[in-house]
Amino acid sequence: MPRPGQQMQDFRVGLLWRRANPASRTRRLVTAMLLGALTPVVAQAQTAGMVEEALPPPTGLAPLFSPTTAGPGMPDSDGFLRRWLLLDPIAKPNRTNSGFTSSYVREALSPRTYPGEFGKVPRDGEFAKGEDAPRWHALDSNLFDVKLFKLAQGLGNPTYGVIFWAVTVVNSPREMRDVRLAIGSNSASVWWLNGQETAGLFGDRRMVMDDVLSRPVTLRKGRNVIRGAVINGPGVSDFCLRVLDASGRPIRDITIDVT
Amino acid sequence: MKSAAAFSVLGLLLTLAGPAPAQLAGEPFIHDPSTIVQSDGKWWTFGTRGGGLVSNDGWVWHSGGERPGGGVAPDVIKIGERYYVTYAVGGGGMNGGHASNVKVMWTRSLDPKSRDFGYHDVGIVASTNGIEIADAIDPAFLYAEGRLWLSYGTYFGAIRLVELDPRTGGRLAGNQPVDVAIDMEATALLHRDGWYYLLGTHGTCCDGPNSSYNIRVGRSRNITGPFVDNMGVPLLKGGGKLVVAGRGRQYGPGHFGLIDLGDGVEKYSMHYEADLDRSGRSVLGIQPLLWTDGWPVGGDDVAPGTYEIQSERSGGALQLAVDFVRIPFDPRRSFRAKPSDPAVPIPNQSLAENQVTWPAGVSEVDLGDYMIRAHQQWTISPVPDGGGAFGTPFYKIVIAGTERALAVGPEGTVQAVPAFTTSPEQLWRIDQLTDGTYRIMPKASAGAKEPLTLVALGRSTPALAKFDPKSDAGRWTFKRP
Repeated sequence: MPRPGQQMQDFRVGLLWRRANPASRTRRLVTAMLLGALTPVVAQAQTAGMVEEALPPPTGLAPLFSPTTAGPGMPDSDGFLRRWLLLDPIAKPNRTNSGFTSSYVREALSPRTYPGEFGKVPRDGEFAKGEDAPRWHALDSNLFDVKLFKLAQGLGNPTYGVIFWAVTVVNSPREMRDVRLAIGSNSASVWWLNGQETAGLFGDRRMVMDDVLSRPVTLRKGRNVIRGAVINGPGVSDFCLRVLDASGRPIRDITIDVT
Repeated sequence: MKSAAAFSVLGLLLTLAGPAPAQLAGEPFIHDPSTIVQSDGKWWTFGTRGGGLVSNDGWVWHSGGERPGGGVAPDVIKIGERYYVTYAVGGGGMNGGHASNVKVMWTRSLDPKSRDFGYHDVGIVASTNGIEIADAIDPAFLYAEGRLWLSYGTYFGAIRLVELDPRTGGRLAGNQPVDVAIDMEATALLHRDGWYYLLGTHGTCCDGPNSSYNIRVGRSRNITGPFVDNMGVPLLKGGGKLVVAGRGRQYGPGHFGLIDLGDGVEKYSMHYEADLDRSGRSVLGIQPLLWTDGWPVGGDDVAPGTYEIQSERSGGALQLAVDFVRIPFDPRRSFRAKPSDPAVPIPNQSLAENQVTWPAGVSEVDLGDYMIRAHQQWTISPVPDGGGAFGTPFYKIVIAGTERALAVGPEGTVQAVPAFTTSPEQLWRIDQLTDGTYRIMPKASAGAKEPLTLVALGRSTPALAKFDPKSDAGRWTFKRP
C-alpha cells in the first residue's frame, strides 16, 4: 500500500487545518482547487479541500528534541549537526510530493520567501514574519536527524503541506577548503552556506544520510551560517546535515551555535 | 586437434590488407601471444616465431619487439629487475614430432631501444623425448608466494609442471615434472585466494573460423594438483570449466594470459583463431575477466546500445537534473477500474514530452529513481577512431535520441553538454570489474597519476573522484531501458 510521503494521495492534506489549541488560529493550508488543475482526481475525491480538520493537541517535543544547552554544541560522532534554530511550519499546501521539481522548489524556498531578513540569524523565541507569526525555536535534536514532523506535531502545528526553515551557525577553527555539505531531507530542500545556495534536493525524497553532496565549498575561519528550508506535502518531514572534508570524512572539530 | 604453435605460421602468413574495426586497433596480428607485460612505459606481447606486438595504450597495437631463439608460444614474466622469457623449440607434432625443449632467457628491458635490452640465455628447463606421451611446448610461468612455476604441454598427452629458481630462471635441482592435466593446449597458471588455477585451451586450433578453440579451467589448493573443474572432474581426466568461447565475429579464443590492472580491474589476453572482420586472421584479443564463486569467467565490454546507467551504491539512475515531467494519468483508471473494464496500453513518455523542461545549454547531472524517462536513458557507443585503453574503446555517452553528451564538468562534477565534440572530456573508458559491474573513467583523466572515475559521491550526487575498489560508489551497471 502507498505510504504518506510517496506519490499517492494522502487525504489529510488538502484539508483546512484548525488548531485544537484554543489560543491558536485557523490556518488555511490548501486551496485544492489549484491542485485540482494538476491532478483531476482531486476535484471528485474526498480531499476536495473544503473540510476543516481540527489539529490534535500538542504532544510536546520530548524525546526527540531538547532545549539547547549553554555554550556551543559539537557535531555528533558521525559529524551530524544537531543544534538548530527551527521555525514553526509555514503553510504550503501540496497534496503530493511529485511536483517538487527544482523550479517549483527554488520558487517556494528562496531568499524572497524567507520570512525575515535572509542574512540575519534569528533568536530563540523570535517571531518571524507571516500570517500566523511563526516562532523560532533553538533546539538540540536527540537524533542524528532533525524530525521536523515532530517539531510541528509537538507544538500543535500542521504537519503536512508545510515549509520548515532551519538556521545554524558553524564556528570553524580555521579556513577549511573543499569541504562539502552532505544532506538528506524529506522531502525537497534547499540549503545556503553564508548566503550562497549550496545544495538542492528535489523531487519526492526520503531522508537518507549523504543523499546530496554540495560542490566543494570553503568554511571560513569563525562563523559560518547554514540556512535551509524543507518542503513537504504528505509524509514525515526531517533532514540531516553534516560537513565532509575533501576525503569524505565527517568534520568534527567545529562547534555549532545558534546565537 | 592440431597444435596451436605449429600451425600458427599459417595464420601469420595470411597478411591480407583491410579494415580492422572489430576489437583492438592497429595491426594486432599474432598467434600464441605471451602474457602482456609492461616495459619502458609500453605494453609488450610476443608470439610464435620471433616477433611480437607493442602498444602505448593497450588499444592500438603494432608489430614490435624482438625475441631471439625462434620457436613457438612464448611467455614472459617480470621478477625483480628481470623479464624472464620462455619458449619452446621443436615439438608441436609437426616437423619435429613431439621431441621438444622449453628454454628460458632473460633481459632487463623488452624495448630494443633501451640500453637495458639484451637477452641472456638460461638454457633448457624442460624437455620431451618424442616417445613419451607429452610434448614440451606452450610454456607458461606462475610466480606465487616466492616460487616460480612453469606449466607446459599440449594436446598430445600430459600437461606438466616444473619448478624453477626465481633468481636464475633455471630449473630447481632435483625437481621432477608433475602431470597436472591432459590434452590441453596453451596452459596458464593463476594464484588467487588460496587457490591455484590451471587454464588451458580445448578444441581445434588453426583452422580459421572452423577452429573450436575455447578456454577452460580447473583449480586446486595445491600447485601440483589435483586440479578439478566445477563438476569435480579432474583435469587429468579431461575436465575443465568453460572460461570463454568465441563470440560475434571472433572465433576460437585460446592462449590465456592474465592482465591485472589493479583496483579490481583484471583482463586477459588471448588470440582469436579468426577475426572475420580481419580476413579471418589470428589476432590479439583483450577482454575483462570476472570472478564468480571462485571461478574465472570471461566478461564483456559494454555492448553498444541504450541503457539506464545504474549506481551500485544507491541504485539511482544517472540522469539529467531537469524538472520531472508527469505522464498524464488518472489514478481512478487503476484503483476504480472493474476487472471487466478493457485494459489498454498507455505509451511511455516520449523524448519530446520529456524534453520540455530541459535547458538549452549545459545540464547538471544527478542520480534519481529510475522512472523510464528519456532524461535517464543513455546511448553508449564506441567512438570511431576515438582510441581506447587496454582492450576497450573510448565511448561516447549521450542521451538517447540526442547529442547531449556526458562530460567532465567544473570542480569534479559531471554534466551533459548540448553536443558531442570528441573532446577528451566527453570520451569515456568503461572497464568491467571482476564482479561484473563497470568502472567509468573519462579519457581526460586517463593519464593522471590518480585517474578519476565516475562515482556516486552521495546517494544522489555523481562526481569524479579516485576509484576505491572496496566501495560500491564507483561501480555501475547498464540496464536495458
